[in-house]
Amino acid sequence: MKDATQGRVFGRTQLEDLVIVPLFALVAALFLGALVMAATGVAPGTIAQSYAALLKGSVGSIDAVSETLTAALPLVLAGLGLALGFRAGLFNIGAEGQIVMGGLAAVVAGVALADFPAFIALPGALLAGAVTGAFYAGIAGWLRAATGAHEVISTIMLNLISFRLLDYLLRTPLIQKEGRADPISKSVPDVAELPKLLTFLDANLRLHAGLFLTLVMVAAAYWLLFRSKLGFEFRASGENAIAARFAGMNAGLTIVMAMAVAGALAGLAGANQTLGVLGRATPGFSAEIGFDAIAVALLGRSHPVGVLFAGILFGALEAGGRQMQVDAGVSIDLIGIIQSLIIVFIAAPLLVKAIFPWGFRKAGTGKGRS
Amino acid sequence: MRVFFRTASMVGGALIAMALANPALAFTACQVTDTGGIDDNSFNQTAWKGVLDAEQNLGVEGRFLESQAETDYDANINSLIDGDCDIIITVGFLLGDATEKAAKANPDQPFSIVDFAYDPPIENVLGQVYATDQAAFLGGYLAAGMSKTKILGTFGGINIPPVTIFMDGFVRGVDHWNAVKDDNVTVLGWNVDTREGLFTNNFDNLDDGRAYAQNLYDEGADIVLPVAGPVGLGSATLADELGVDKLKIIGVDADLYYTDTERQHVYLTSITKRMDATVAAVIETTMNGHFEGGVLVGTLENGGVSLAPFHDMDDMVPDALKAEVEALRASIIDGSISVSD
Repeated sequence: MKDATQGRVFGRTQLEDLVIVPLFALVAALFLGALVMAATGVAPGTIAQSYAALLKGSVGSIDAVSETLTAALPLVLAGLGLALGFRAGLFNIGAEGQIVMGGLAAVVAGVALADFPAFIALPGALLAGAVTGAFYAGIAGWLRAATGAHEVISTIMLNLISFRLLDYLLRTPLIQKEGRADPISKSVPDVAELPKLLTFLDANLRLHAGLFLTLVMVAAAYWLLFRSKLGFEFRASGENAIAARFAGMNAGLTIVMAMAVAGALAGLAGANQTLGVLGRATPGFSAEIGFDAIAVALLGRSHPVGVLFAGILFGALEAGGRQMQVDAGVSIDLIGIIQSLIIVFIAAPLLVKAIFPWGFRKAGTGKGRS
Repeated sequence: MRVFFRTASMVGGALIAMALANPALAFTACQVTDTGGIDDNSFNQTAWKGVLDAEQNLGVEGRFLESQAETDYDANINSLIDGDCDIIITVGFLLGDATEKAAKANPDQPFSIVDFAYDPPIENVLGQVYATDQAAFLGGYLAAGMSKTKILGTFGGINIPPVTIFMDGFVRGVDHWNAVKDDNVTVLGWNVDTREGLFTNNFDNLDDGRAYAQNLYDEGADIVLPVAGPVGLGSATLADELGVDKLKIIGVDADLYYTDTERQHVYLTSITKRMDATVAAVIETTMNGHFEGGVLVGTLENGGVSLAPFHDMDDMVPDALKAEVEALRASIIDGSISVSD
């Protein structure tokens, strides 16, 4: 495939793939979303108002950007892990359970390290989250490698186990908050909290240092996947497991390693939530992030940078969706519909190209570039 | 930074200006729901009805934000703080920490929270709590008198005080029946002394409501009290299918005969917690400039809690039992019977 775009850092094909398709998908989804709203009896003025609110709530102010990023961080972290798994040919549905275990472990470690200074307590709590997530995902990897049990089944089961385990553990004296009968953990001590970044502007801004953690992990995942021997083995096993085995790679070890790395990232996502946002663990604190992260990973084409942007898009939809409710009184369910529509369109580039044929030229005339 | 903030808020341009150009109304009451949804026929819906009543009677503007997960609490409250709300009403015990945090960060913003009382009180938060055990006591006594199997069942959403207070009152009402009538009616699903019982650990899964009621029915219960918001609708569905001779349901929060009209015939009664009345009252007080932090308690006496009419089952309830329940109500109000021991 030698064409004019080859050799350029960012060619026409990539532009279409990474910018134009998502942009048109967004437009098409918003249009269909408007139709859905109209069909359910929402007045046209309210529809316009709700989209204005979507924009305002996601990027319209420093508060909105803070909320967008706060919502995006765990999605990106968990999405990175899933993307690595997908590259290695593993369809890991277990991020939700790994978030639960990692987030809880981070709280427990944080409480245990309360007497230490922050430079020990915080990394310690994060590490506990990552290691626990890795171990929990590693179980599914080991089952796959040792017995051939399919990871889709085993990770779904491990999710269910983690929910009940969380309910149970939250009521054990070691973890449960003093004086409460309901399942709720002790609060994370200040030294183990991910510090808030923007409180000097406004005490309500929730963006926290998990931002740096996430950016480092995006770079690390990129390095691991495309620059390291382990990442090469992941990709080789994902492309063709048999060929990889005949090339001398240890298939079983690769599977366990890929699951463990994915679990570590999901565990960090959980720790990011408990140490940065919630300050404790409660039943359902994972809030289906692990499932949304599957869409984020697929939307990001299992590429670390793609995952970053997909996660931010999801975060924007979540923060903006809240504003839609406040300003226009539109149901939160509608934002879910619009979110799903965007995924459908982005996941089906051919459909977008069929709807907007004028946006996709063979030679770059720049049309549709905006 | 301030300049950046200003510029950033211009981004949306004309569209945003349009959105902001809402006609400025005199008073805005904003509400953050708990999980389960604003249309849960029960807890959240009752509290929201208070705002709707205030809209109608006082001409205020109401807004709400639904929490879909516990992770939403902080974010939802925060996004209302910028939305020029004259009062922010958070609905549910689980929002207690988030409300406290927001109230302390925004001391000029009046808050009111349903089902939570702060100790010590926070100046800008008015807690609305309910002596639900008074009404539940009546419900327990009634159910004990109505049960043919002499076995009753209950289950809760999460093991938190505003839920277990229903179960406490219910069990003690049954105990009272046993003491007065020298009977032996048992309640499955809640032990007042160990504080342990049957909990779904959520407030939104209707399947759980069905499964838990089925388990209780299998153990012999013929009247079940689900204290879990919309989860109880699943139990009502089961009662609908089995027939009310085999299983009756006692509703909570609202009079479910009116809110769950499809299955209204399965409800023996409802233990109502008139959050609509207290929420509307709080809005009115705030509107008149008399907002004050502290605690507002709903009781049988002031109508904050009550036992709903029997509606379709009115004929099934013996007149003697009705009279006893009424007498009991009077005794609880005048304090001659205590519901808490």
